Amino acid sequence: MLNTFKKIFSVGMVTEKYKAAYDEELETLGIEIKRRIDHKFTGSLAIRAVDAGSCNGCELEIHALNNPFYDVERFGIHFVASPRHADILLVTGVVSRHMETALLRTYDATPNPKWVIAMGDCASCGGEFGVSYASCGAVSNVIPVDMTINGCPPTPLVLLKGLLTLMEEKK
Amino acid sequence: MSWQKTFLSQLDEAGIFVKSEHVSPVVEMWQIDDKHWQHFAKLAAEHKMRWAAGWAEQVEGLFYVHACFEKSGDYVLLRTTINVSKPELPSQATVYAAANRSERHTHDMLGIEFMNHPDPRCWTRHKAWNKHDYPLRHNFSVQGSPAKITPPDTGYHFIQSHGVGVYEIPVGPVHAGIIEPGHFRFQAVGELILNLEERLGYVHKGTEKIAEGRTPESLAKLAGRVSGDTCVSHTWAACIAMEQAAGVEISKRAALIRGIFAERERIANHLGDIGAICNDVAFTFAFMQMMRLKELWCRTNYELFGHRFLMDKIVVGGVVVDVTEAAGKFIFTEIEQLRVELADLIPAIDLNSSLEDRLYTAGYLSPETAAHFGTLGFVGRASGQDFDVRRDAPYAPYDSVQVKVAFEDQGDIASRFWVRYKEINASMKLIEQFVEQLATLPEGDLVADWQTPKAESYGLGIVDGWRGEIVSYVRFGENNTIARFYPRDPSQLNWEALEKAVLNNIVPDFPVCNKSFNCSYSGCDL
Repeated sequence: MLNTFKKIFSVGMVTEKYKAAYDEELETLGIEIKRRIDHKFTGSLAIRAVDAGSCNGCELEIHALNNPFYDVERFGIHFVASPRHADILLVTGVVSRHMETALLRTYDATPNPKWVIAMGDCASCGGEFGVSYASCGAVSNVIPVDMTINGCPPTPLVLLKGLLTLMEEKK
Repeated sequence: MSWQKTFLSQLDEAGIFVKSEHVSPVVEMWQIDDKHWQHFAKLAAEHKMRWAAGWAEQVEGLFYVHACFEKSGDYVLLRTTINVSKPELPSQATVYAAANRSERHTHDMLGIEFMNHPDPRCWTRHKAWNKHDYPLRHNFSVQGSPAKITPPDTGYHFIQSHGVGVYEIPVGPVHAGIIEPGHFRFQAVGELILNLEERLGYVHKGTEKIAEGRTPESLAKLAGRVSGDTCVSHTWAACIAMEQAAGVEISKRAALIRGIFAERERIANHLGDIGAICNDVAFTFAFMQMMRLKELWCRTNYELFGHRFLMDKIVVGGVVVDVTEAAGKFIFTEIEQLRVELADLIPAIDLNSSLEDRLYTAGYLSPETAAHFGTLGFVGRASGQDFDVRRDAPYAPYDSVQVKVAFEDQGDIASRFWVRYKEINASMKLIEQFVEQLATLPEGDLVADWQTPKAESYGLGIVDGWRGEIVSYVRFGENNTIARFYPRDPSQLNWEALEKAVLNNIVPDFPVCNKSFNCSYSGCDL
């Protein structure tokens, strides 16, 4: 137990400690996001991540948003377990035909008002997989998309920027 | 290769004629008659050969059916040909459980009937194409003829159970966490799991079909997206296969850099998963600390090489980015720091009694079951399967170093946890050795000149990714284009072992059991 506490105190709070240029940008972005989220959703934005046919690369970066460096929850953005609790669907991957109905049902289960973000090159424009017998291609071919975030996969910082842009578009 | 001689004489006695062809230092191609397909498997099983992979392809009016076997680091690529008009072959799944889903996949994609297969249900096919259409056949277009909206696959017959208090839990395809989609069907009594059945195929993206006709460069990109967390190793395996087919030798420097990338990928994933295992038993401290270390590691990837997961940094003929002297120095310092961090963290995790309570004995996979399903990578190595491509069938740069393989035979989640920790240590040492070797070579010389391979030439790339052995098959067609690409991710074999490892565990322990395997959905569904 002592080891645990020792490590916690010796590492300290990395979220604040890193204020190099890289993280300064994150800090400003985050605060900006918080301001806008407060305006739209009174301080809370619930995101439901849906993998519709991703290679799992995008998922790794969504996970990274929750690591202590980005700690996305401090801006009021949190990931939820059910679409019924969500304001935003964050969809990754091309929509595989085998996931098409599942994605449509997830979309229907999300209460209004809702936004859809297509994350990564596959979800935005089909990426390396495109449209085929097995893939519907971009998410917008299946459900209405409010914004796209490019990258293969987009870095956590780009993801945060993406969220910001969505807020501006919706203003 | 002494066992091959003994085995060949056994085959000869059994009346199985073998036409052999040398593919690479570790791979021999053996062509046999289709009627001996199952008999070969029986003899191979008696000879304790491991079934590693299976796939097929159409070449004009014929199907080439392949199965890949391994023993003591020597691979046999078994091939037979059957006529497209009568696509029948005796099943090897009756002998090797590991071949079960692979043969079902081959059936769904090419319409080859494996006679007496123990499980006739479809596997990869849901409802995106019709029962009697087969996407990998030449007469099936890439676009297919999909319905306006593909309906859900509701007709799959899961194993049923009856009895007082037995109930069923359907989970997925959309899961509660941020993970890939797949369906799990539990039969449970109270909290106890009686049976688990996986139904995958949800992220089938037609990878094998859309690979056809690509250029080598474009295939390397696609291979990097077979499973995003294994982008380095899948690209590497595909590139080895293509380079083999074309007879291209990569430079020593490029091989060392590939090795550094692959080991960095292994460390990144192991760090993240050790944290995630702790998170699944609600030990947030370890989760956050490990995620912190993983993030630092990925940032270094980005700063030194331009991508957090090193995607597309391996190309046919070599690599696109050098490890400069300065980068080498940075890598050394970083490894030192990681050692210090882990020296703090691992004892703290080890001494946590609640963690011990959850991880020891949970998710037990016996060495027998692991061997039965041909389980690979850290899952196999934690259950007594002492195999690692890097040591047993070494490829450059691993042929220039000693690879220490982590090994345990306890078979529980804790065992897998410790194997992964040991692998981090071993990988750090490997990276150091590779960087040291790089210093003796001149900078530059990263990409070898490409030579257009002859039509019909093929190659088999076998590497050890962080999940275990990856087998990647590439055959070229005319004009430098790909005729067939089949990557076998280790998950394909490990998924079945997971079904057995969760038996007699409680339902709430499924997430941590699952995480301790961390199989890829995308790499399995293709």
